[in-house]
Amino acid sequence: MTPTLAGRLQTRVVVVGVVGSLWTLLVTLAIPGDASLADKYQVTFRAMALVVLLGVGWELLYHGLQQFRWEKDWPTLFGLLTGVNEGIGVWIVLAAILPADLNVTALQFLVHFVTTWLVVWLWLNGPMRVVALRWRFRGGRLV
Amino acid sequence: MTNGGTDPGPGATRRLGGAGGDLTPQLVAQEWLDDTMLEAAGIPVHDVPLVTVGGGLGSFALVDYLRVAGVPADRIAVLGINQKPWQTYAYLARNSQIPEHERLRSDSGSVMDNIWGFPSYAVREAFAAGSLRGFAAPLWTVLTEPILTDYYTPQAGQVYASVDREAARIGWSGMLHEGQVRMVRRRQGGGYFTILTPPAGTTPTKRVAFRSTYVHVAVGYPGVKFLDDLQEYRERHQDFSRVVNAYEPHDHVYEELRARPGTVVVRGSGIVASRILQRLIDDRDRHGAQTTIWHLFRTYVAGPQGDSVFGRRPGKDGFAYQAFNFPKAAWGGQLRNTLLKLAPEDRPGFIRTTGGTNTAPRRSWREQLDRGRREGFYRTHVGSVGSVEPGPDGTTVTRIESKDGAILQVEANFIIDATGLEAGVREHRLLADLLDHTGARVNPLGRLDASPEFVLTGTESPPGKMYASGSITLGSYYSPVDSFLGLQYAGLQIADDLARIGFAPRIGPFRSVRQWWKWMRNAPP
Repeated sequence: MTPTLAGRLQTRVVVVGVVGSLWTLLVTLAIPGDASLADKYQVTFRAMALVVLLGVGWELLYHGLQQFRWEKDWPTLFGLLTGVNEGIGVWIVLAAILPADLNVTALQFLVHFVTTWLVVWLWLNGPMRVVALRWRFRGGRLV
Repeated sequence: MTNGGTDPGPGATRRLGGAGGDLTPQLVAQEWLDDTMLEAAGIPVHDVPLVTVGGGLGSFALVDYLRVAGVPADRIAVLGINQKPWQTYAYLARNSQIPEHERLRSDSGSVMDNIWGFPSYAVREAFAAGSLRGFAAPLWTVLTEPILTDYYTPQAGQVYASVDREAARIGWSGMLHEGQVRMVRRRQGGGYFTILTPPAGTTPTKRVAFRSTYVHVAVGYPGVKFLDDLQEYRERHQDFSRVVNAYEPHDHVYEELRARPGTVVVRGSGIVASRILQRLIDDRDRHGAQTTIWHLFRTYVAGPQGDSVFGRRPGKDGFAYQAFNFPKAAWGGQLRNTLLKLAPEDRPGFIRTTGGTNTAPRRSWREQLDRGRREGFYRTHVGSVGSVEPGPDGTTVTRIESKDGAILQVEANFIIDATGLEAGVREHRLLADLLDHTGARVNPLGRLDASPEFVLTGTESPPGKMYASGSITLGSYYSPVDSFLGLQYAGLQIADDLARIGFAPRIGPFRSVRQWWKWMRNAPP
């Protein structure tokens, strides 16, 4: 899929939101640590929301960078590697906004974020086209 | 679905009249035909709601969507000369030196036999591999393309075999009527008559007609075009062996060059030229051929093209480089959107800038040519060809004028025209007939004018509609029409348009998932 700006934003909000949240529901069960499951969900869903919210900003940047590419495309590898900068961004903001009674270790964050990023990335590189037949021809737009 | 209220049902055939069953001058002269005219001529009429003309990959892409959408096979007639949809494609690919084990210029997700593009060719190649290395290599390539590796591209044979499987699944052979389509004319009362000439002796009459509400035209290239000076040489000297086109069979060139040292002139700097150069150098490397290559450029691309950092195509050594025939975003990204919005008169320039003559920057090809330059067996020259004449000992002499006025004469055993030029749409009898009698118009690029839904403008015969896909529509609203994914894009636009009219169900998310699962199990749609 070669994204347009509208396609990037829609894909980010809808697909990352839905697929990422479903995965978060599952993977939080397996996150190590003594905190209650309710507390863990409070943390992981905050992280998930940040992936979407901060992601809108990131998408604007990626779209700008994409303009320097002749093909006006966004290689698969970029979609994977941008997990690094985004992960750092989410970690920093998450630490800043977490209420005092919640905390998260780097390991807990990594288990959640890395697996979610991979699941969403894999989903976008294959199964997404089955659910949304026209998505790849519309630059990632859903509506 | 009705044909102006006269449809006796899918697949019904009526033998009309008692005349000779051939076209008459009166029929050929008519812009609109009515049922009685064919009856009077004794041409039998088949009723079917949708006819697709061509029977190649363009027809296949549309039919695959329609079958997946739930259109029964007996509501579709495929008219063409080949039993398999990939035959013409494979013929051209083989001639231009892409046998089945070589890789095409097409990406992993442009999966001709699967409308979803998933699983992709790379994934399938990985899972079909017998070794860990064979499993990992295609996956590594699609993961890192085009940053660390060249693009993954499927082997020609993989494409053909997988199309065969899908053709069997959707009942292709049952929809196929072999023959050459002579013309498509509008029908008084709505829809069209498509006149087919079946192979001699297979039908009682010379022609048969298909009465349909919808017609889809996907005949591929109108024809192969030679460079003018080479065409003139061939005709004047009746020499069809020394001067050849890359798209016609020319294996004798490689055989002779392997047998004894020789010189070959290659014209053109697109993907076809790259293939030919690869074959010539492969023969040197593997079979000890002592071939010297003179590569003639009319336009030499010395460096990146384009003034703006936002639109600069890589280029070097004479070639304009991009992975596929158009930038990736032309298929479904921002460049598709740009073209959709452009004024008609601005489309040709945009298409030339993003397409035009270009080739893939494959590392293996660049290595071969670098070596050729160093060792002196690959020489380039820039200029325009003044003349081509017979030379001594059965050779040809090409006279090239450089921009600075210098003249170079190259004596060569063979000249290969690898410019990949396509003939104009008028060179194709059916297309000329559509322009002259069926209301079709040319677009600003001189091909057939089509709407964003691939409806041929001017050919409407309400409630009937005529569609087209493939290279004949270049210059309309979509640029990469001449590609696997471009044919699928056209197929989807047409299928969706037919869904809006009510001919076919629209493929929504649930049907899509159900049908994909059937595809995975190789169950009929």
